[in-house]
Amino acid sequence: MSNSTQIIQAGLKKRYAKEKRFRLYGLISIIISFAFLLTLLTSIFSKGLPAFQQSYVKLDVELDAEVLGISRDSSENEIYSANYSKVIDNGLRTMFPGVTGRKQKRDLKNIVSTSADYTLRDKIIKNPALIGTKQSYWFLAKDDIDVFMKGNIDRNLPESDRRIKDYQLVWIDQLLAENRLEKRFNTVLFTNGDSREPEQAGLKGAIVGSIFTMLVTLLLSFPIAVAAAAYLEEFAPQNNRWVDMIEININNLAAVPSIVFGLLGLAVYINFFGVPRSTPLIGGLVLTLMTLPTIIIASRAAIKSVPPSIKEAAVGLGASRVQTLFHHTLPLAMPGILTGTIIGMAQALGETAPLLMIGMIAFVAEVPGSILDPATVMPVQIYLWSDSPERAFTERTSAAIMVLLGFLVTMNLVAILLRKKFEQRW
Amino acid sequence: MPTTTILITLIALLIFSYVIGRKRSIAVSSFQKGNKGQRNLHSLPSYYGYMVAIWAGIPALIVLALWSAFNSSIITSLTISGLPEAMQAESRDTLGLILNEVKNLADSGDIAAETDLVKKNAAEHYHRLQAISSLAKTAVVFVVALLGMIFAWRLIKPETRARNTVERVIRWSMIVCASIAILTTVGIVFSVLFESLRFFDAVPPSDFLFGTRWSPQTSIRADQVGSSGSFGAIPLFVGTLLISAIALIIAVPLGLLSAIYLSEYANPKFRSIAKPVLEILAGIPTVVYGFFAALTVAPFIRNMGESIGLSVASESALAAGLVMGIMIIPFVSSLSDDVLSAVPQAMRDGSYGMGATRSETIKQVVIPAALPGIVGGILLAASRAIGETMIVVMAAGLSAKLTINPLEAVTTVTVQIVTLLTGDQEFDSPKTLAAFALGLGLFVITLLLNIAALHIIRKYREQYE
Repeated sequence: MSNSTQIIQAGLKKRYAKEKRFRLYGLISIIISFAFLLTLLTSIFSKGLPAFQQSYVKLDVELDAEVLGISRDSSENEIYSANYSKVIDNGLRTMFPGVTGRKQKRDLKNIVSTSADYTLRDKIIKNPALIGTKQSYWFLAKDDIDVFMKGNIDRNLPESDRRIKDYQLVWIDQLLAENRLEKRFNTVLFTNGDSREPEQAGLKGAIVGSIFTMLVTLLLSFPIAVAAAAYLEEFAPQNNRWVDMIEININNLAAVPSIVFGLLGLAVYINFFGVPRSTPLIGGLVLTLMTLPTIIIASRAAIKSVPPSIKEAAVGLGASRVQTLFHHTLPLAMPGILTGTIIGMAQALGETAPLLMIGMIAFVAEVPGSILDPATVMPVQIYLWSDSPERAFTERTSAAIMVLLGFLVTMNLVAILLRKKFEQRW
Repeated sequence: MPTTTILITLIALLIFSYVIGRKRSIAVSSFQKGNKGQRNLHSLPSYYGYMVAIWAGIPALIVLALWSAFNSSIITSLTISGLPEAMQAESRDTLGLILNEVKNLADSGDIAAETDLVKKNAAEHYHRLQAISSLAKTAVVFVVALLGMIFAWRLIKPETRARNTVERVIRWSMIVCASIAILTTVGIVFSVLFESLRFFDAVPPSDFLFGTRWSPQTSIRADQVGSSGSFGAIPLFVGTLLISAIALIIAVPLGLLSAIYLSEYANPKFRSIAKPVLEILAGIPTVVYGFFAALTVAPFIRNMGESIGLSVASESALAAGLVMGIMIIPFVSSLSDDVLSAVPQAMRDGSYGMGATRSETIKQVVIPAALPGIVGGILLAASRAIGETMIVVMAAGLSAKLTINPLEAVTTVTVQIVTLLTGDQEFDSPKTLAAFALGLGLFVITLLLNIAALHIIRKYREQYE
């Protein structure tokens, strides 16, 4: 064996070990990234799942006409403003007699949510014959009771460290023993708008706001992006300075921080053109500018992949270039364009920062009815809830994130399926 | 008529124009003697329809858009000029307040109940102007639409080149759509620049760029304690760089090694699963990362730090940076993956032929060859980290401390923009305008990073094409 072969062989083992180590580093970093993803998802899901259930309390209420201050022939207006609070209070007092002290009395009232009054009101408006009878109804429980029911308050802690005091525990135990306290599927989360009270807060307003905002974004960005992409791919002259500028700008806009678009929206749309703030219209206008680059880039790739032979055949048969575009190129490129559009929409749906600048962060309890009503969107709702101090909002925030992720996963799945189904290789 | 109604009526009018344009072209062609049907028409009948619709629609839409855009500012200035001289001389703030009251009064529809005679008159004036404007808008838009329609209808002859007209309009509208990208950039530059210049009138640029104290609280009264806020942006930029640096320290090695493994070692099946899973990280909304950082990571890091005797702020830069790092892993990995795959196989084969192992080939041949592309990718990731907002808004602090200790709370440029611009705004206090100056700084920095990155990547691509 020659000398150099010996040197090489002596080092071989070390080199192979190095090779293995290097490969391992790569695998480990992938595993670490996956672990991050897994931690993120489990932390959100474990916090959010309980929020899909909500505690309800069953109360016997005496719908006494005298206490309510109305009779069976009262007008709807009178029924509307009757004293339901007192009726519920009485129901609670009869169940737990002997409660004294202002704080304890207040806490007793706080077993049920403030929405109980409205629940009762709606029932009586629907059926005034109930006045004067004794009924038992399930009412939404207050958030502290709900947090306790979900096991997030430890009853073994010293009383001073607990949100629920000893006397409240006695009430809860009694309610549980009489089967008057139970958890049910949380429909409130999907049927209510936002509220300051955690147990009454729902996502409906945010979901509807998101849908309106996405509609505005889609209606504006899709035609503009497709027209821009078609122009750049099919008509733009080569080595034209204006066209070069457009391309550079599109690439740069794709990487501009989203918050800068919020500043643009505030200064140009709101202050200059006077578009009403906090509305899905202004949100959609800002998000359009953000999603345009994404859709344009995807659409250009899709248009580019249509084989030139098809276009040449069309032109050869006497079609003009515009006709070729509308009759052949665009229909063939449509699956790719739609995939890019859905991905752009998914990005826009998760965007928060620019919307904070244009007033979509305002507290809006009502569900918006049009694109000109004040509204909020899902990611901003998540931000608002995550900022609230109440313990019960934490799980609701996680639940809202789960709903948002659900929407995003669905959109991306549709995009993938679309690509799989219609993808053509020429 | 409200704008939506005008639009709907206009659309109906356009459909009508299309129909009569189409009919007219057929009628015109059949009148020619000795022809078979419509043969002597230059274009298909539908193009004549489109032509009439375009003539009816586009001028009317332009008028409508311009009217809507400038309506409110013109009416406002007319209302101001209708106010008594003494009131017009008031400062902008007071005038704005008065105007708001007048507008609210006019919108409430209860002008007669107002006791203040000046306001009552102004509100009536405003109300009248609104009504006139609305009526005039409707009239002008429809007159323009009808004139366009009649003009185009009269144009229709067999030799009219309707298709060429329609296609020219289509092409021009495509150019306009493509130019929106330029308009957006111009809009961004003007909006941040204009407000920034107003800010620099109040605060000298040198104080902003080199000052080390940031406390934008300005007082309401001039004699209040701490009445002049100080706007030294150095702590903000240091905080931004600190958090971005932490993010890059995490994302670059993890992303790069993942990309190397995926492009050089992994079998196709593993790759086809692992790559999309990694990309999920890029698809998760940033507000979710922010929530995760604030609620899970920050307390975890604080408890860890306390258990080994370190004092960690509950909004430490480390937590925000760590989570931001996770977020940008897929940016680094997918960009690096692309550039690694672009390195020609012949270079690897050459290295193997000389007896090098795979890792030696990667470290000494592939990575040096792909380095410009990788650097470009890292620059893009850095620009993404600097401009990231929600994670730092939710997980980083608000107090501007000049420190590079990752365990302390720092604040960033984006956090300050959000804090300054949410809540009540008055558009002449330096406090609000400071947000635009910060936005300008952010835009310039990220723009430079992006241009550098795109330039490097393009140069690199050309090398191997």
